[in-house]
Amino acid sequence: MVVYGVALLAFCMLTGMYTGQLLGHLIGVEANVGGVGVAMLLLITLSNISDQRFHLNPASESGVRFWSAMYIPIVVAMAAKQNVLAAVSGGWMAILAGVLAVAVSFALIPLLSRLSGHAEAALAAPEDEAA
Amino acid sequence: MSLLEELLIKQQLITAFVFVGILMWLSYRMSDALTRGRLHGSAVAIALGLALAYVGGVMTGGDKGVADIPMLSGVALLGGAMFRDFAIIATAYGANLEAIKRAGLAGALSVLIGVIVSFAVGAAVAVSFGYRDPVAITTIGAGAATYIVGPVTGTALGAGSDVIALSVAAGLVKSVLVMVGTPFVARFIGLNNPQSAMVYGGLMGTTSGVAGGLAATDPRLVPYGAMTATFYTGVGCLLAPSLLFFAVRALFA
Repeated sequence: MVVYGVALLAFCMLTGMYTGQLLGHLIGVEANVGGVGVAMLLLITLSNISDQRFHLNPASESGVRFWSAMYIPIVVAMAAKQNVLAAVSGGWMAILAGVLAVAVSFALIPLLSRLSGHAEAALAAPEDEAA
Repeated sequence: MSLLEELLIKQQLITAFVFVGILMWLSYRMSDALTRGRLHGSAVAIALGLALAYVGGVMTGGDKGVADIPMLSGVALLGGAMFRDFAIIATAYGANLEAIKRAGLAGALSVLIGVIVSFAVGAAVAVSFGYRDPVAITTIGAGAATYIVGPVTGTALGAGSDVIALSVAAGLVKSVLVMVGTPFVARFIGLNNPQSAMVYGGLMGTTSGVAGGLAATDPRLVPYGAMTATFYTGVGCLLAPSLLFFAVRALFA
């Protein structure tokens, strides 16, 4: 059933968010520390154990896949609700701070990527599938 | 208020689905017609969304982009943190666990380095603009990390609301720039595999920026970048008002 997949996804999110909140509380910050990351790891782990005890059939799987496919439209909605006016009217200092932070971070990516060893393409599907 | 307007406001989330659907359709047409698909349709859609958000801000004077227009209030719900995180987590389904393990250390390190580097750059800009108060320098530096770390740090240190507003603006500039700029620099920084995507997420840290930037570059990279980015704000909120503030105070007190 489709709802099994949606429920599993929701369960992973709530568990991850709760863990992130506990972690934030533990180290004394008012922020969710890695809640989404924990939820993702949980979902990946669950989707990687495919034995008799735990297996999603294609119908249930489509409940997760639907939300994965909705990701880009949701991100577009997110872009449309950003406070772009405040970003642009924050004055030169805010613009410079933001631009330089991004430029320096971009420059560091090749350096740090090398740390993770040979970066062979682990993406199997061809480029045009991304559409 | 017309009947139709009333209906669209009442069914706000449904209206938002139609709005985003039309926006996506237009963007993919524009991507084909104007750039022959070279600039990805989702990149066009995100840029168009940001442009409309600017127009919405000018029209209404609010802080939620187009979502401050009553008919489009559902966009705030659809594009809000709840649905965004739900969809981000869903992208992890079927991601390669081995790739994540292999880049684990570099990913974790990139979060730490990313927070410190963005903070240092933001703080340096604040100093170059004449700020000498350690609280203000720290708050603006924290804003250069993300627009959440800025106000959290500023509030913790008792910064003025003008400085907090600046830190939010710096974070917003960063987030918008990451969304729009990533597809253009992706080739030059080797952003085409799970490992570099994890490093990218950790260094950039802005969840909305990374989410949009990777979607516009290659959606298959989303789970890897999003995974590390989600730790960034937490680490930032931890380091900025403590260790990084002490460092700034030692330099400027």
